[in-house]
Amino acid sequence: MAEAIVSVPATARRGEIIELKALVRHPMETGFRYTQRGERVPRNIVTQFVCSYDGAEILRATLHPAITANPLLVFNAVATVSGEIEFRWTGDNGFSVSEIATIVVN
Amino acid sequence: MAADSDTRGARRGFLITASQVAGGVGLAALTDRAWATSDSMQSAMRQVTGEAAVRRGRVKLDMPPLVENGNSVEFSVTVDSPMSATDHVRAIHVFAEKNPLPNVISVYLGPRAGRARITTRTRLADSQKVYAIAELSDGSYWSDAVDVIVTLAACLEELV
Repeated sequence: MAEAIVSVPATARRGEIIELKALVRHPMETGFRYTQRGERVPRNIVTQFVCSYDGAEILRATLHPAITANPLLVFNAVATVSGEIEFRWTGDNGFSVSEIATIVVN
Repeated sequence: MAADSDTRGARRGFLITASQVAGGVGLAALTDRAWATSDSMQSAMRQVTGEAAVRRGRVKLDMPPLVENGNSVEFSVTVDSPMSATDHVRAIHVFAEKNPLPNVISVYLGPRAGRARITTRTRLADSQKVYAIAELSDGSYWSDAVDVIVTLAACLEELV
């Protein structure tokens, strides 16, 4: 499995509202679990997600341990220009993954 | 024995007073916040809303009422908003009352999103009430809540 999977329509009409899906591979260890030896398993989660497109931030999210492993986010954007849509996840222990998808807007 | 029943009586008196005080606080919180919630939830919610009033409506939290596996519960939050430059949703916050940490996710968006709707997946530690609060560009806050029954909770006690 790739580090991240995103879904963006290949083409759209200008002004159309498109659906974007973004999933990243991550265990999302909550920090609330213990090992059999009684040691707390340290928290290791994705804390931030940002989607940018056409020079603007479409959506930014702050994630907490309650979000499942391999966090998925589905949201919308207005198709404005042809170009790149960037998805970026950052988190504990220096976690940083980004994915870029291109869209053609007619 | 007499001393014992005295302390017991005193304790009962204290408990009654305490419950009345708590009841009063709860009632105040209810009218103020539109929802009755636990202390950690209250503080988590206040961190995002400040002292602003949160009204019910305009927000739809879509989550199944009966969940078999609390480890992965898909839900969506939709806010009734035109998402224009002057009238849009600024943020959507989700809270789960009985999770070890009530915060679930905070999403910040704007008119470029086109539609005020997000879908994601959460873990639920217990059967509980889940809340969604939306912050609009005019500074008002709106909310929705859903009661969820979880048959298999997200395993906090599970040893790894």
